[in-house]
Amino acid sequence: MSNWALILYCGLITYLTRFSMIALIKKEMFNDRIREILSFVPSAIFPAIIFPAIFINDKGLFEIDDNPKILAAIIAMVIGIFSRSIIATIFSGLASYWFLIFVV
Amino acid sequence: MKSSFKVFLKGIIDVSPLMIPVVPFGLIFGVLAIDIGFTPIETMAMSLIIFGGASQIVLLQLFSGGASSLVIISSVGAVNSRHLLYGAVVSEHLSDLKLIWKIIISYFLIDQAFAISNEYLKKNKNNNRYFHLVGGGATCWVIWQSTTFLGIILGAAIPEKLGLSFAVPLTFLALLVNDFRKFINVIVIIISGLVATFGYNYIPFKAYVIVAALAGLFTAMILTSKNRKV
Repeated sequence: MSNWALILYCGLITYLTRFSMIALIKKEMFNDRIREILSFVPSAIFPAIIFPAIFINDKGLFEIDDNPKILAAIIAMVIGIFSRSIIATIFSGLASYWFLIFVV
Repeated sequence: MKSSFKVFLKGIIDVSPLMIPVVPFGLIFGVLAIDIGFTPIETMAMSLIIFGGASQIVLLQLFSGGASSLVIISSVGAVNSRHLLYGAVVSEHLSDLKLIWKIIISYFLIDQAFAISNEYLKKNKNNNRYFHLVGGGATCWVIWQSTTFLGIILGAAIPEKLGLSFAVPLTFLALLVNDFRKFINVIVIIISGLVATFGYNYIPFKAYVIVAALAGLFTAMILTSKNRKV
């Protein structure tokens, strides 16, 4: 598949998830139970991107020794829990990562 | 009744604080897309056509890992399944609108606009209240397109040594800051993360994102059903 087709299909599926509920679904078709489960979608899917990006290196191998990303991610998480700020979380993580690879 | 323009402006004002983190997110997307080998036009088209930060970053992540198109598209669909919830929640406020407005509003139904307009729609009953959602969405659109553009330009100037790709997990981590305090969410996060990490090399077709998400949702289903019975 060409890059352009890939972009178009990804755009289409993104748009359809937004449009389908507004246009087609009536409120009563969505019960509280389904709503409750859907509220866990971010917690269920984002770690699947976060964890491998931290623990798996460029060669596809699990890496736990000598991996500054682990400590930097933990610092970012702690800052995030206390500050509840998206921007503080990102920048504290990047700053500690740079500190660990360039200074330490 | 307030004029539609005032409601639109209110949407812009309300969403503004949430735009601060969108700036680095957009820059990172632009820089990484060029780094991975997309052309500037393709990168810009992604932001215009897809217009979803998480979707676009997942696309890059899986594309650079060599995943097939089918896996990339279904992973993007899985990431987007949270929009089903947003749509279902706001649909009750939009049910009287003409189809053309539903088509337009759907394009702008993004995390940040949903977060602020959901509150507004609940509290206000004026017929033009949906302009609030359009205002929030349009603001985010402008920020997202311009930071993508800046990222494309900066991309060539940022040295690879900086390890900016690490900003991807950090951005997603930041989107979960409110969930780290909830016990069930933490369990779901750990399960999904472990399945993705240990399944990374063993789950075929790089489908680890989907498998891990399903494992996480299944965990949430079990844990919340127990909660209910108690």
